[in-house]
Amino acid sequence: MGVKIKSMKDADFKDNETLELFKETDGNIFTTTIDNILNWGRSNSVWPLTFATSCCGIEMMAAGAARHDFARFGIEVYRASPRQADVIVVAGTITNKMAPVLKRLYDQMSEPKYVIAMGSCAISGGPFFYNSYSVIKGVDHLIPVDVYVPGCPPRPESLLYGVMQLQRKIKAESFLKKQFKKNVTTNE
Amino acid sequence: MNNEELKQTILSILPSAVFEENTQFLTIQIPADQIHDFAKKIKESETISFDYLFCLTGIDYGDSLGVIYHLRSTKYRHEIVVKIKTSDRETPAVDTVCDIYKTAEFHEREIFDLFGIKFNHHPDLRRILLDESWEGHPLRKDYIDEVNIVER
Repeated sequence: MGVKIKSMKDADFKDNETLELFKETDGNIFTTTIDNILNWGRSNSVWPLTFATSCCGIEMMAAGAARHDFARFGIEVYRASPRQADVIVVAGTITNKMAPVLKRLYDQMSEPKYVIAMGSCAISGGPFFYNSYSVIKGVDHLIPVDVYVPGCPPRPESLLYGVMQLQRKIKAESFLKKQFKKNVTTNE
Repeated sequence: MNNEELKQTILSILPSAVFEENTQFLTIQIPADQIHDFAKKIKESETISFDYLFCLTGIDYGDSLGVIYHLRSTKYRHEIVVKIKTSDRETPAVDTVCDIYKTAEFHEREIFDLFGIKFNHHPDLRRILLDESWEGHPLRKDYIDEVNIVER
């Protein structure tokens, strides 16, 4: 059983970033090439944090397990420590009581770090949006979110697609330029 | 023991018990101040022996507050539902049953937390789910929180 994404051609995953990079680095072919190599490595070894608060967590586990197996795409091992994780998949409802814990976990992750909001609870509060006294209405009230994966809960295929979108985002980044900018600002 | 026999036994223990019709379990309503004595009697009774409290619920009827006890006998395998009500919404208080059923200790804390019903003689009555600084009791019908709750 192969997972097929109908709405997007395979080629699209690889194509547009090159152009974006070219523009961003002012056409410096040397830095773009190095960035390409760095991004290739970074986007293909994204390690998620073992973090799940409800039924979305079950789908996330299914996505990681043998049948869907998102290690195929480089979303490798789940890390039990936020220090070793690159991405936190917020899988499930975040309550007021859970919020400080999530914030701390996010703060403990080392840069560069990414957030995927998985499922309607993490996106907006979902079924708990109305008449609830205890639920955070969207995890983006707490931490910046890179990719939203809708569903209640999303199937593992959806999470795979979301993770691949995150990989596209990572591939479009310019690591060297960021470093250069950082150095310039600190020197000034 | 079937429900009819159970009914007779209950009536012999507490004549003022009121039975509800057409319910899944045999359901009785008793005065709130009788609950501790009644629970002790039906637990210690040799013939009915309700030794297992499998659910303890708080309920807000709007004008009054209530507590519902689901009891079971592991020996005879029959069940009963006991309901009590209190019309005092400001300082509602009923007697605890946690000296009879140990499990009631946490359940009563939860009801205290979410409905604000106090349980007299409870050993450790404080909030269990919400944090200590929380104001009000969110499962009450008249609970208002304009900051967090989006009404619909």
